[in-house]
Amino acid sequence: MDLWTRRKFLIASGVVGASALAAGGAVIGWQDLARGAATRPLAGGTPVLVLVTLYGGNDGLNTVVPAGDPAYRSARPDLAYSPDQVLDLGEGLGLNPALKGLHGLWGAEQLAVVRGVGYPQPSHSHFQSMDIWQTASPAAPASTGWLGRWLDAQGRDPLRAVSLGGTLPPLLAGATTSGSALPLGAFRLPTGPTLTSFTALGAPGADDPATLAAAATADRDLLTVAHTFGPVLDGLARTSASGASGAAGEGSLAQQLDVVAACVAARVPTRVYAVSLGGFDTHAGEKATQEQLLGQFDQAVTGFLGKVAHSANPVVLAAYSEFGRRVQANANQGTDHGTAAPLLVAGTSVKGGFQGAQPSLTDLDEGDLRFTTDFRSVYATLLHRVLGADPHQVLGQDFPQLDFV
Amino acid sequence: MVATVSARAQVAHLLRRAGFGGRGEELDAAEKAGYEATVASLLGAPQGAADAGVAATPPPVFPVIAPPGRDVTARKQANRERAQQAAQLAGWWLTRMVRANAPLVEKRTWFWHGHWATSIQKVRSAPLMLAQNQTLRALGGGDFATLAHAMVGDPALAVWLDEIGSTKRAPNENLARELMELFTLGVGHYTESDVRAAARALTGWRLDRAGGRLLFVPAAHDDTPKTILGQTADFDSVSLVDLLVGQPASHAWVVTRMWNRWAAPGPVPAEVMARLRTAYGAGRDLTALLHALLLDPVFRGPTVVGALAKQPVEYVVGALRALGITPDDADQAILLGTLRRLGQVPFEPPNVGGWPSGDAWLTAAAAQARLDFARWAVTKGDLGAVSSAPAASRVDATARLLGLDGWSDRTRAALQEAAGRPATLVALALAAPEYAVN
Repeated sequence: MDLWTRRKFLIASGVVGASALAAGGAVIGWQDLARGAATRPLAGGTPVLVLVTLYGGNDGLNTVVPAGDPAYRSARPDLAYSPDQVLDLGEGLGLNPALKGLHGLWGAEQLAVVRGVGYPQPSHSHFQSMDIWQTASPAAPASTGWLGRWLDAQGRDPLRAVSLGGTLPPLLAGATTSGSALPLGAFRLPTGPTLTSFTALGAPGADDPATLAAAATADRDLLTVAHTFGPVLDGLARTSASGASGAAGEGSLAQQLDVVAACVAARVPTRVYAVSLGGFDTHAGEKATQEQLLGQFDQAVTGFLGKVAHSANPVVLAAYSEFGRRVQANANQGTDHGTAAPLLVAGTSVKGGFQGAQPSLTDLDEGDLRFTTDFRSVYATLLHRVLGADPHQVLGQDFPQLDFV
Repeated sequence: MVATVSARAQVAHLLRRAGFGGRGEELDAAEKAGYEATVASLLGAPQGAADAGVAATPPPVFPVIAPPGRDVTARKQANRERAQQAAQLAGWWLTRMVRANAPLVEKRTWFWHGHWATSIQKVRSAPLMLAQNQTLRALGGGDFATLAHAMVGDPALAVWLDEIGSTKRAPNENLARELMELFTLGVGHYTESDVRAAARALTGWRLDRAGGRLLFVPAAHDDTPKTILGQTADFDSVSLVDLLVGQPASHAWVVTRMWNRWAAPGPVPAEVMARLRTAYGAGRDLTALLHALLLDPVFRGPTVVGALAKQPVEYVVGALRALGITPDDADQAILLGTLRRLGQVPFEPPNVGGWPSGDAWLTAAAAQARLDFARWAVTKGDLGAVSSAPAASRVDATARLLGLDGWSDRTRAALQEAAGRPATLVALALAAPEYAVN
């Protein structure tokens, strides 16, 4: 129930969070997206990446479950699933029973499970490990996100990468440019002369200090967003799969993906979308909480992939968390912060099946799984095969690519 | 950016940061008394029942919600009662912040709520959250060690971070980790093995829900030797906290957390860090630290004035105080709705890291929520100071009403267009960029 969400990483991630905002991670409007779609629609066949961040540390062992392994059951007797409860994947593994839709994708060979994903000398801090995942820099703190560096190499275009919700995740912060944050929710503006005055309030001021300038920008962006696409957002809010959590909130994963689906259908020139779901920090009473969250994830993701399955642009969705959890349960029917975990990749253009080796449950590092696949191999694959970019330029070194897309 | 900050801008800044902003007449008085004297009166103001606004807002008394058992209807009823109590609690605190004559204690309590960030969504008990809130209020200006001891023994925090039920057989690391990472040391000043050993030190606590306190169960406590931060002893929760708060890294961490929330984001300038650590001292004196922070020349200077955005609670409470609105029960529901849209409901931090600070709050979606709130507030508030002024001076009268020392040319011109309509003028002023800055 600990509500780990994207918002926290804008504070506590320190350097990265602050620079993400300072680098001009502007909140853009639907207007910009629509104009982009009209004037330079994404060329048919150009792949689109949707990155799902699961905040809080999702328990990988109860997501892709080694249900038949006696070491699994003895480490967490109260939390373990039995082989007949999980959705079989073969090789002694099965999906959490809440992931029914994803199991369907597995059967259609549109789900890849990358096993044992992590990095050397893992951090058990939410903040630090999420920073590492978002910056792709395990050895030392970095001030740019991995997709931010990709954006830097492309030249400035606020439409190229978009996060859903009011704030910008550090992964989209580059040194010279950044992705944009698209808000969710309905809008109500004043009318007549009051609107004229409100519009004037948001005008840029040449001498504005940084915070004042950001406040004026927020007022200005509200007009951009609301004027043109308020009705679209209203319509989305009404038809959304799950309850609204307010215009300033990040919205449910389903709401975020509804907007992404609409953008993909409109062929806006966006290559990368960042969405998120929080709440995975299950130190106590894990089973019910995680099933509920994975159920939300499953419905949102499979609903979304169904909508974009026949779009002009193939969509590849990848979902990761900052770490998995300890093999051994604690005394509260929960698990503490761990290390390596499976990473899921789905979409019509994805090659289904396993990638990477399943970590051993008996050869542990201080009670934690040893990673078998460096997360930067996943990034290198996504950069090269989905975004058509040079992974070396973004990651600073070469990593073996995987065969999931 | 201006190289110097005027005396009036400095006291306006002080009243915003050490409270929820002052009205024009309060700025006048503070400017006349002088900056240092204003700091002294903020810190030395009557507290507790001696403050009439505090006396007028006693904390709620919550009826016990009987355990509902397995019956679905009874469980739903209990959940409804819990939700009502949570709303009542948050509404009470907002009203207390609005009514307190000396706002510094409430501002300081708000700061500590963000530091020891605990959410009622997991604790599920308004009485336990209220008890924690009172602890933060009572101990937030004393020795940090006393506060830290009280928090490690606080039932709400113990539920939130799973201290309850953590046993020597299977210690839960949640509290141990956040105690080091977020509450006392900061990341990089401990190892994973320190976390695991500290988790063992914190084992053995159960919750006496009826009594609202923690009970120690010796049989569940790991009383074997543990090595933490290089020292080996049979640490328990008391000796662990003593060890942590005595670390030099802890002193720097407390100073940094205070500076980032009361002054400016980013690293603390080295000379400021040295001055504030001296004030904090071996006695870990939080009032001396705050005093030194508010008097620090850097705090009063151009790199800090205007360097934070108002958090939503600061924004809403400040506006209510300026407009003289005392929220009733119906108003409280509206205010909590506003704060929910803005992403900051008291007692519901998003996680143990607390809420963001800085420009993260300045989004288009938040601008819409502020605009809606402003349009509501002007229908409830006292706008006499603006409407009674001649049209030509109403824009200035609005700045006085809201405790601002002035407007940018852009905003002045925009507001002037609405000078003939005082309610619209004040609503626009509340939505103006200047009022979003802390």
